[in-house]
Amino acid sequence: MTATQPPDVSTVAPRPATPSPLRRLWPGPPGTAGARGSTLLRHLILAVLAGTAVVLVTNQLAPYQNLQVARVCAFLCVTAGYTVLVGLNGQLSLGHGALMATGAYTVALVQQGFEEGAVQGRWILPLSLLLAVGVTAAAGLVIGLAAARLRGPYLAGVTLAVATLVPAITTIFTDVFNGEQGLRFPMETPPAFLGAYFQPERWLAWVALLAALLTMLLMANLVRSRFGRSLRAVRDDEVAARLAGIHVARNQVLAFVVSAACAGLGGGVYAVLTATVAPGKFALDLSLFLLMAIVIGGLGSLAGAIWGAVLLVALQDLPSLITETFTLPSGLAQRLEGNLALAVFGLILIVAMLVAPGGLQGAARTLTARLRPDRRAARR
Amino acid sequence: MDRFLFLTFDGLSTGAVYAAFALALVLIWRAARLVNFAQGAMAVATAYVGYAVVSATGSYWLGFGAAVLAGLALGALVERVLMRFVGHANPLNDVIVALGLVLLIQAVLGIVFGNEYRPAAAPFDTDALSVGGISAMSPYDLWVLGAVLAVVVLLGLLFTRTPIGLRMRASAFAPEVSRLLGVNVGRMLTVGWALAAAVGALAGMLVIPTGLGLHPHAMDLVFVIAFTAAVVGGLDSPAARWSAACWSA
Repeated sequence: MTATQPPDVSTVAPRPATPSPLRRLWPGPPGTAGARGSTLLRHLILAVLAGTAVVLVTNQLAPYQNLQVARVCAFLCVTAGYTVLVGLNGQLSLGHGALMATGAYTVALVQQGFEEGAVQGRWILPLSLLLAVGVTAAAGLVIGLAAARLRGPYLAGVTLAVATLVPAITTIFTDVFNGEQGLRFPMETPPAFLGAYFQPERWLAWVALLAALLTMLLMANLVRSRFGRSLRAVRDDEVAARLAGIHVARNQVLAFVVSAACAGLGGGVYAVLTATVAPGKFALDLSLFLLMAIVIGGLGSLAGAIWGAVLLVALQDLPSLITETFTLPSGLAQRLEGNLALAVFGLILIVAMLVAPGGLQGAARTLTARLRPDRRAARR
Repeated sequence: MDRFLFLTFDGLSTGAVYAAFALALVLIWRAARLVNFAQGAMAVATAYVGYAVVSATGSYWLGFGAAVLAGLALGALVERVLMRFVGHANPLNDVIVALGLVLLIQAVLGIVFGNEYRPAAAPFDTDALSVGGISAMSPYDLWVLGAVLAVVVLLGLLFTRTPIGLRMRASAFAPEVSRLLGVNVGRMLTVGWALAAAVGALAGMLVIPTGLGLHPHAMDLVFVIAFTAAVVGGLDSPAARWSAACWSA
């Protein structure tokens, strides 16, 4: 009987575990791993392939394009964690711009501290990014503890307050954060073994890429894990989740901490790219941009997070493209400069929510479902 | 003591504006069970209309009326064109659409009017009068307080004494039953949005002369404070909200 069953049916009786050495390192979810092999291994292979492809591409790119790749990667760190929080756990945070700022300022302060102490070394960058993750995760814990008691619009309101307060803090404690001017720290340089003429932007793209791959790998495994399933359970029905033995509040706080850590890493990388931080970069608009990114990609979908991060960078360059292509009166061009991207983002956010609430990934899924009449009948 | 009194009186008028703005949030909350995150941006847009009329005609009162009318129109428009079509499967959808509207409105204002602060004149003197050696409220503060009180009383009368108020309360309380009894629930929702946006426009016209001036982001902080006030006071109770707004001022 078992011999005739197709191997991809998920209800197949558990067979002896596939002898993969990595399976022991990372147990993974029971059930899914049996039929399709190790989740970790599959994601690792995907990450290595994607990383190799991007590295090969960056070798062909001009400095500015490499910087764009690096920015996409930095945003990807944030959107990956953000989409897990909003899409999978159902907690709408508007404070992720502020969390990015926390990470960015941590990196800047740590690097400045080492610069003043005349300490140098290649370990400063990873250390400062690690500290950024730690500090932001701690900040996320504080917000998350409050967030676990709040629902829907209330949570959005509290995190909105966080988003407006954090830039204000940097202008209040001017002697630490240097107000509107922001902080500068030494630019990250490529290591010596890459050669003296190695493009610095390419190195930055690699650093950001590594961070993004690490985040995506961890998030992809997390989504497939027991914790990932409990996140979805809490989002869909809190009472049922509690009955199933999930500690709802702890689950929500943990989701917030994980998401904040990702935002801290992304913010830190973002700061490293320009070697400066200023409160103007982390205004409320940034949080709304991030929201647009994950909505257009599809809430809760990691592939959607990639679309969102790419779109975020591409659309920010749209106004300069338009003002260069068309000759506009200088006053209008100046007004379009900062605002056109905002208008397009807002429009996309509204249209995406009205037409395709599931985002690009969701739209693709609905399209395939519509082609199968039996599925549609089942959905009704 | 003098300072305490001054701050108390000053806080009363500032609190009144926040209360009016929180009232706009509560109106929509009670009608449609959603927090309108675009309230601040909508109020700024109507204030731009108002001050455009002020500078065209030279009359503050015409501009004030124009802003409130623009609020009515904008509120109805947003409800009819956008909010009606948002899916309610996920409660976050409303919030996300409203946030998209914030971005859109602020960007359009920035493109049309520019991102610099524009002076917004107050119709009355904003220097505090002194009564018996204690500087208390300015004439402008008195106007603010009076205007907000009038709006609260008028809205209260509308909701408790008129047939349309009854229909609006009914369709918010039990939409299905109201529909069976012949109430056009969708139209009541539109009216609710229009009223709320008009109250928001009024609050915007009142608060902007006390700040730095007209700016696409002029109401961002006001929104956060008013939202806090609305939550502290409870989104369903008007009286508690007033005290909360004064407290947060």
